[in-house]
Amino acid sequence: MIEVQNLIKSFNGAEVLKGVTTTFEKGKTNMIIGQSGSGKTVFLKCLIGLHVPNSGVICFDGRKHTELDIKSRRQLRKEIGMVFQGGALYDSLTVEENIMFPLKMFTRSTPLEMLKRVNEVLERVNLPNSNKKFPAELSGGMQKRVAIARAIVMNPKYLFCDEPNSGLDPQTAIVIDNLIQEITKEYDMITVINSHDMNSVMEIGEKIIFLKDGVKAWEGSNKEIFKTENEAVVNFVYSSNLFKKVREAYLSEIK
Amino acid sequence: MNYLEHIGKYFIMLKQVFKKPQRWSVFRETLFREIEDLGLKSIGIIAFISFFVGGVVAIQTALNVDSPFIPKYLIGFATKRGLILEFAPTFMSIILAGKVGSFITSSIGTMRVTEQIDALEVMGINSLNYLVLPKIIAALTFYPLLVLLAMFLGILGGYYAGLLTDLFFSEDYIYGIQLEFNPYFIKYAVIKTIVFAFVIATVPAYHGYYVKGGSLEVGRASTQAVVWSSIVIILLNYFLTQMLLG
Repeated sequence: MIEVQNLIKSFNGAEVLKGVTTTFEKGKTNMIIGQSGSGKTVFLKCLIGLHVPNSGVICFDGRKHTELDIKSRRQLRKEIGMVFQGGALYDSLTVEENIMFPLKMFTRSTPLEMLKRVNEVLERVNLPNSNKKFPAELSGGMQKRVAIARAIVMNPKYLFCDEPNSGLDPQTAIVIDNLIQEITKEYDMITVINSHDMNSVMEIGEKIIFLKDGVKAWEGSNKEIFKTENEAVVNFVYSSNLFKKVREAYLSEIK
Repeated sequence: MNYLEHIGKYFIMLKQVFKKPQRWSVFRETLFREIEDLGLKSIGIIAFISFFVGGVVAIQTALNVDSPFIPKYLIGFATKRGLILEFAPTFMSIILAGKVGSFITSSIGTMRVTEQIDALEVMGINSLNYLVLPKIIAALTFYPLLVLLAMFLGILGGYYAGLLTDLFFSEDYIYGIQLEFNPYFIKYAVIKTIVFAFVIATVPAYHGYYVKGGSLEVGRASTQAVVWSSIVIILLNYFLTQMLLG
């Protein structure tokens, strides 16, 4: 479990996160939603250690992230997989080299063992026979899949995804959503996704956290979000007519 | 941000760079790639420029030495001295600061703005050590060789300039380049080059690593990196010349 207690982060005196407290459970896809500038990305970057919070506690299965020594922190980082918004694949390396990179850095596996593992994860993300391609030769969806493959190659305990669907067509977005959800169950990971895509939120958000102006304004599941009366959530999630109608249909159905 | 803050940040960066690589096999691989990118791919431009500048230096000297009391072998002598002491180490380093410096800043800067550096950090990799140390080692080992090549080709360029223009005799030129040969001057040039190589690798790396924004900022950082590398090289050249030859 990841426990976050009273997380505060400010930049140049401006508080971006104003005391966020929440938990993320194992085997679940947790989603962080909120308007642009609400602090989602800062929150995610604090979780993965790219930002140091001003105060508050982040606990990974009992290990306080901010209080770990360098060795333990390095060990914890090996347990973290991250899918960045743009994929963040290394341009100068092929798909195979990109995925093999963490294995080369942190394991004593032989080249053959590493290649076997790379092929396994590529197969898992439905990208077989792409080993020798460079990131620039791949479509957006394929790049995201390679990024997911690289994130899971070390069998992480925690998977973080920053806007995994941004820039993808709806069909590919659903494929990526399903892939993340399946992998979460398969690897029994804690997955935290930062998303703007309400479709994803409804589909795979087993736990949803709504951030507003750096504060956790609401939390619940994708079922509960249909029923919530929280004005801020309703205004944000059901801003489009389509989602309004979906909500109305859902509510009338359960009545 | 004031200059002192930048200088402080630069030295803090160096502290992170000079740590033991996390995996030597990966470091070796990266080092060979950097030698190719920063060194081997610069041979062509260095060879071209030094050959022709050597020729021009010889022609200019010949045209300005028209007194019958000045022996013609001084053309070879002056060309050799100019090339070994200043042109090869300093001028070539400034050219490399332009070519390689902008490459280093833009490649590291692009990695920064596309979150590739964040991806390294999340994995628990010391990104500065992984990205910058191989560049420094590649520059320190390869650039002295490039400068020696520039000296040789520059002098050769002067020789061919004499052959093609008939401004001086080849025999005089060859006698001139052999006259009063001081091996310390080669050592002096190599020492300067090593210092400049360090600047060429680290100053652009600093500008690239700490870039914020998008592609426009990466472009601006590249320009800044070339300007500052050149300024630092010129300043260090002054002090090194004082220290080593003064």
